[in-house]
Amino acid sequence: MAEEITPFQVAPKTPLAGSAAADIRDQGEITRRSFPLVLTTAWVALAAALGGLASILGRFMFPNVLFEPVQKFKAGFLNDYTVGAVDERWKEKYGIWLVRNEKVMYALIAVCTHLGCTPNWLESQNKFKCPCHGSGYYRTGVNFEGPAPRPLERAKIFLDPADGQIVVDKSVQFHQERGEWTNPDSFIKT
Amino acid sequence: MANLKSVQEGIVNSQIWKSVFRVGIPNTNRKRVLAVLGSLILHLHPVKVRRSGVRMSYTWCMGGTSFFLFLVETVTGLLLMFYYRPTIEYAFTDILDLREQAPFGIMREMHRWGAHAMVIAVWLHMFRVFMTGSYKPPREFNWNIGVILLVLTLLLSFTGYLLPWDQLAIWAITVGSNMARATPGAGNEGPMSGLIKLGDIRLIHAGDDARFALIGGRSIGPSTLLRFYVLHCMVIPLAAGFLMAIHFWRVRKDGGISGPL
Repeated sequence: MAEEITPFQVAPKTPLAGSAAADIRDQGEITRRSFPLVLTTAWVALAAALGGLASILGRFMFPNVLFEPVQKFKAGFLNDYTVGAVDERWKEKYGIWLVRNEKVMYALIAVCTHLGCTPNWLESQNKFKCPCHGSGYYRTGVNFEGPAPRPLERAKIFLDPADGQIVVDKSVQFHQERGEWTNPDSFIKT
Repeated sequence: MANLKSVQEGIVNSQIWKSVFRVGIPNTNRKRVLAVLGSLILHLHPVKVRRSGVRMSYTWCMGGTSFFLFLVETVTGLLLMFYYRPTIEYAFTDILDLREQAPFGIMREMHRWGAHAMVIAVWLHMFRVFMTGSYKPPREFNWNIGVILLVLTLLLSFTGYLLPWDQLAIWAITVGSNMARATPGAGNEGPMSGLIKLGDIRLIHAGDDARFALIGGRSIGPSTLLRFYVLHCMVIPLAAGFLMAIHFWRVRKDGGISGPL
């Protein structure tokens, strides 16, 4: 039975039977009570969609394939390198100096620790010198002049057990200031 | 003379004229206001301007100069895009071509000098706004928009610097982009980045950090050139244009150009 509508009531508390409002309620459509849940669901769905879109856009900026020189390369045999020389044959292609002395051989990464320029090896002055801001390094890679805050980094170097060639892996780097140059991966005994 | 006047009235009262300029001859104050408000171009300018707002010694006209230079950069930059190819094979030679062979070789110089002038103008605009206290309420929101616009101006300069693809460009961007290594939590040398680990494996390294995304690789290369080209020609100008629209609108809504107290 329908409720009586007093003059002060704007709308009936329950929809009149047979009215359009009653139909909507019967069909399970949005009511006053279910509306907050519907609204919350809608906002959560929108936030999830925008979040998904943002992460797709972000991921898109990280390429899967790089057209760069590989980080790990074979550098020939120990006998190809002169004792006491800084070898520049891999500098252009891989950014690596191979330095051999009487005891060990190590791979210096040719990136200045100041701001990332490529230093030059000056044979006559027996030092690496960065053309950008004048940082200087001894042949060991230790800095001694200019704004460079720390020594050059050394790359992982080892002899391939299969064919005995030198392998340099730039993706593994050793910092002198962290005491990592004593790591056996950072040099080859000759 | 009477003949001339009737011709003029004939034109102004024609349907074609009235379809463009609805108000007719703006011979009263009301019609003048309506003429300004009814035109897309003219309505960009406020109907009323304070006396101090046109005093050069007060405003230095540096905001307007910045916008003018932005338009100069847009037009000259668009023209340069007809000749310039952002690949390592062609970028540098196209710059030489623009200078030596393309008609009006001064176009590239205008773009370059305009860029320098725009950076200076934006700084001076900021200095003027600061010295006149125009950043104070109710204009504090617009000051923030302005700070973002200043950063976008510097980013436009930074990204444009790489495009000639000469030694200066490559090493300047090498040095500049190294700053991204120090991004907190997102650069491989930044604070807190070392804390993001899965067991012993660092998740933020040189192959996936903020610098990597910016330059599209581990070192400056072809993908960096292309990325900076897209940022320089599309992304940053659109962002700056959008913020400039808000900036100018807010100047009006916050009470016009600030006046002397």
